[in-house]
Amino acid sequence: MIEYRSIGKTFADGTEAVGDFSLQLPSRTTTVLVGSSGCGKTTLLRMVNRMVEPSRGQVLIDDVDVATRNPVELRRSIGYVMQAAGLLPHRTVIDNVGTVLRLNGVGKKETRERSYAVLETVGLDTSLAKKYPSQLSGGQQQRVGVARGLVTDPNILLMDEPFGAVDPIVREELQAELLRLQRELDKTIVFVTHDIDEAFLLGDQVVILKKGGKIAQVGSPADILAEPADDFVRSFIGLDRGRRTLRIEERDGVRLVVDSTGKATGVLQS
Amino acid sequence: MSWLLDNRDYVWDLTVRHMWLSAIPIVVGFLVSLPIGWYANRHHRLRGGLLGGISILYTIPSLPLFVILPGILGTGILSATNVLVGLSIYAVAIMVRSASDAFGSVSPQVLDAARASGYSSRGRAWAVELPLAGPVLLAGLRVVAVSTVSLVSVGALIGVSSLGSLFTDGYQRDFRTEIVIGIVATVVVALVFDGLLVLAGKLLMPWSSISRPTGGAA
Repeated sequence: MIEYRSIGKTFADGTEAVGDFSLQLPSRTTTVLVGSSGCGKTTLLRMVNRMVEPSRGQVLIDDVDVATRNPVELRRSIGYVMQAAGLLPHRTVIDNVGTVLRLNGVGKKETRERSYAVLETVGLDTSLAKKYPSQLSGGQQQRVGVARGLVTDPNILLMDEPFGAVDPIVREELQAELLRLQRELDKTIVFVTHDIDEAFLLGDQVVILKKGGKIAQVGSPADILAEPADDFVRSFIGLDRGRRTLRIEERDGVRLVVDSTGKATGVLQS
Repeated sequence: MSWLLDNRDYVWDLTVRHMWLSAIPIVVGFLVSLPIGWYANRHHRLRGGLLGGISILYTIPSLPLFVILPGILGTGILSATNVLVGLSIYAVAIMVRSASDAFGSVSPQVLDAARASGYSSRGRAWAVELPLAGPVLLAGLRVVAVSTVSLVSVGALIGVSSLGSLFTDGYQRDFRTEIVIGIVATVVVALVFDGLLVLAGKLLMPWSSISRPTGGAA
């Protein structure tokens, strides 16, 4: 379990990224931090592996304060996937994937085997292994990024808008792939996005953030849709624009699901 | 041509000497510039003054420098060390800015990703920053190499023999063939050095010369 205890972050220039943030992230579930830019979601994510140090409060992993752990070793024990993959351009795909294993002192042969295995896990053709990142498409690069995050089989996977830089079709593929992976691997995932649809799709627990890391609402997607806490949440999840307020209309004996503008979005099956 | 055939051993000796006199300052200049450039890129406030101060060394005329160095270093007036030290100073003066630019050219996002993966600061400098700075470092080093090869000739004026000696000797004897051979041989040495550097870059940095992405789906 990851726990934020009264976390605050004020940057050196005086801007307060996070005011007072407390939250528990249950193990083996996906928690999505969602909010507009400037809500402090990436700052919060990066506190887990000490890429950012909180100004106040504590972050605990399984009841151990991360501040007591060596940051370099801590980072090697946590998977990290970032926007546009962040792959090392001078290393081949297979070497990029194996980076953290090598840093942890795993032998060359074992690194190779485990890297190839994880490439298959994320659905990448192993014929790409010897290519350089710039020879891959954006979607393929992002898969390599996920493979790199998973190769050490970490308990925790941090994902910072990982699918933000790919086109919508590829993004849907990657999202589906992540859901499949999570069913198989059962990681504790912290996922940051500004896309509420992505948050509802991937999150077991969704945290909607306002400016300064203030929690507008925490809950499952169903909870939030059923009982939005306030107008901010209602507007953020789109209930006020009618895209999510659906009703049923019968047409020729078929029950259609229609949004508030009258546009048909699906068919209801009994 | 017959002069070249008659003196081929002499010309070859001078060529080898010329290569040594060039190679050492190129290597020294490169190795000295790397940490300075890295440091300058890290400390933006000092960068301007540091790079400006070092670059200005290049404005010292080479002949007077070679003449005053024995007084500073305590070396013999005819010692090759004077030329080696002088040329190393010029190499650093040119290279240090390239080195700083080279480290500055590394994508901050990649550095961030390397840090998140668990690289220590030192490990990241060696395994990520240095190789990724490679293409720009190589570009700077090629300029240094050509400049050094041509400056070695000036050493002939203070008695440190190199291909430049063919020029001084030919000039004194008013013997044009020797002058031309000296110039051509110097150009050939410069081209060989440049070719070797480009080749080394291809071998060490295969990733920098690959085709760009084709795009497309996952």
